[in-house]
Amino acid sequence: MTVTAEDLTRQATEFLASHDPASTDRMEFLRARFDAGLAWIHFPAGLGGQNAPRALQSVVDSVFADAGAPDNNPRRIGIGLGMAAPTILAFGTPEQRERFLRPLWTGEEVWCQLFSEPGAGSDLAALGTRAVRDGDDWIVTGQKVWTSGAHESQWAILVTRTDPDVPKHQGMTYFLCDMTAPGVEVRPLRQITGEAEFNEVFLTDVRIPDTQRLGAVGEGWKVAQTTLMNERVAIGGHVQPREGGLIGIVAKTWRERPELRTPELRDRLVQRWVEAETLRLAGTRLRQQLTAGAPGPEGSAMKVAFSELNQALTGLEVELLGEEGLAYDDWSFRRPAIVDFTGREAGYRYLRAKGNSIEGGTSEVLRNIIAERVLGLPSEPRVDKDVAWKDLPR
Amino acid sequence: MSDLLYSDVEEDLRASVRDLLKAKAGAEALLARVETAEPYDLKLWHTLADEVGVAGLAVPEELGGHGASAREVAVVAEELGRSVAPVPFLGSVVLATTALVHVGAREFVGKLAAGQAIGALAVPLSTAPGAGFPSSVTANPDGTLTGRVGTVADASVADLLVVPAAGPDGPALYVVEATAATVSELVSFDLTRRVADVSLETAPATLVASGPEAAAALEQALLFGAGILASEQAGVAEWALTETVTYLKGRYQFGRPVGGFQSLKHRLANLYTDLVLARAAARNAADALATGTDVPIAVAVAQARNAPIAVKATEEAVQLHGGIGMTWEHPAHLYLKRAKADELALGTPGRHRARLADLIDLPA
Repeated sequence: MTVTAEDLTRQATEFLASHDPASTDRMEFLRARFDAGLAWIHFPAGLGGQNAPRALQSVVDSVFADAGAPDNNPRRIGIGLGMAAPTILAFGTPEQRERFLRPLWTGEEVWCQLFSEPGAGSDLAALGTRAVRDGDDWIVTGQKVWTSGAHESQWAILVTRTDPDVPKHQGMTYFLCDMTAPGVEVRPLRQITGEAEFNEVFLTDVRIPDTQRLGAVGEGWKVAQTTLMNERVAIGGHVQPREGGLIGIVAKTWRERPELRTPELRDRLVQRWVEAETLRLAGTRLRQQLTAGAPGPEGSAMKVAFSELNQALTGLEVELLGEEGLAYDDWSFRRPAIVDFTGREAGYRYLRAKGNSIEGGTSEVLRNIIAERVLGLPSEPRVDKDVAWKDLPR
Repeated sequence: MSDLLYSDVEEDLRASVRDLLKAKAGAEALLARVETAEPYDLKLWHTLADEVGVAGLAVPEELGGHGASAREVAVVAEELGRSVAPVPFLGSVVLATTALVHVGAREFVGKLAAGQAIGALAVPLSTAPGAGFPSSVTANPDGTLTGRVGTVADASVADLLVVPAAGPDGPALYVVEATAATVSELVSFDLTRRVADVSLETAPATLVASGPEAAAALEQALLFGAGILASEQAGVAEWALTETVTYLKGRYQFGRPVGGFQSLKHRLANLYTDLVLARAAARNAADALATGTDVPIAVAVAQARNAPIAVKATEEAVQLHGGIGMTWEHPAHLYLKRAKADELALGTPGRHRARLADLIDLPA
């Protein structure tokens, strides 16, 4: 029988009656919520859920939020929740699910993602971090990059090369890597903004037990696809109120600072406003399609448009500020806990937005995806298709 | 929040209109007609108006219509945009009928809704919502009208002209039989939607509204028209993208399909992205008009966004088709001409942005 919104509201209310958020230890509270099947309700029973429809998650979340209950700080553990967890659920052994999902959801163990490499960006499947079998373990050596939160993580999802003699999409294997294991070295990667949101991770003879392999040997690409699909779901599902994004900040500046206004800037600002509003509507429409059970292929297009808008808008904001735009708030080498577009000033936003068209799929790759998968145009030539990974030019 | 999807009923309506247009308004038929003495396909119009029922689609049932809303009208506009069928939908159903419904002119609305007469709103097609009430036509003391209005959409096939005029007590709205006016079709930039000059010389007229009611009726018609036009523009853009993708898959140069070259794939991906945005803006404007919520902002946003998107899409269609896209025999130019004329129609994108700036409090 399907669980209804009423059932879930009742369950959450009963849970709150027996676990007073005000007097219960935060971690005890979160563990108990997980054990009650009220964490991610679409997960199976015993693993934090009850196989309930995912669309009803917000019903449960709002009951807890209204009661002032502590949450698991979802922004801090976004990679675990959005990417590691669905992959462990899909490919994990019963022991792996049992071991990892609960501390992942409560935030006791933070996760990061060891996918991209200096030599494997858009072409992720070309990655070369080697894993070599040694008895019941694997010995892993290589370099990963663009790893957010690596310095605060206990665990990582890791894709490696286990067989260099077959074409690149074969011969990969996926692991759960202990970030505190000997041989794991995390170095901050400083960006054009001055700060370091991300890290480089150097792996030198890191020993990973075979029990931490996720999926079969050689099936790493398939497992990684599940992770990446969930990343796209996480990026696409956000709906804002009018003026909810960065446009709201620039519009506020415009309203409060008449001395900055010129007719030419005004028309450009309205153009960006129109683009922001249309993008917001398209996002709402995409969400309505999902709710109606007919998801469309618009996600990649939305991301391309979002990047372009953010870049044009933040550029305009610096220009609008005139001589103030010549100053920058802080170049010092900092390690922000989360990316915060609104907590910094215009120059930072302008520089950080440059990453929008690179991270999570470059706009160029996304345009290929739209052209090939949505419009059905011919694929790019695949010169590496039947070549063993070790023989690829690099 | 607005409903930005298409309902099953709306999809059914789309399917009937699309089937009819596919059968009766294919590219060859359109091209064959544009230089004849009958550039409008009135036979097709009567089928659409009577059998499909588009003439009275959004007219309340008590006034003889089908009682649907702007959402359904928008779906028809989208399909007519996809086919650039030469029918007086914009002038009659979208503009003239809306103004007359607003003032409750029962007798005239009944004729238009039943498809017994074609209407046109006697303002220049470039008139934007929020423009001042026109004064180029004046009411004479005997109740007749004198004056001239240029570039009136669909006037050359209209039976009834809805004429805003300077009446004895300010703004007034009249209905004039087309036979009492001199209507001269211009050599129109848009080959599938003609504009005409309307001259009135002591023309007998029926007063249907005066004062603020007349001004409100005109504004409502212009807003409705601009909002619905956004759906037409989405339809035009969709045709341009679909047609170009199909052509580039089958066109071979350098031993491979031209659509496999990445520079062209990316341009088509950009058009697709534009189309995703244009559809959301158009649906939002249609839903706003249907519910009466947030209408001025939704319409201004949709026009500011969709007019340039339709122009860009049809310009790209011409370029990416290569030489064939520059020929008279290929229909791409009909869409380019429609898109460019639509950019001027009912307010340019710049006009809509200027109006929007005031509506959303971004002061000069």
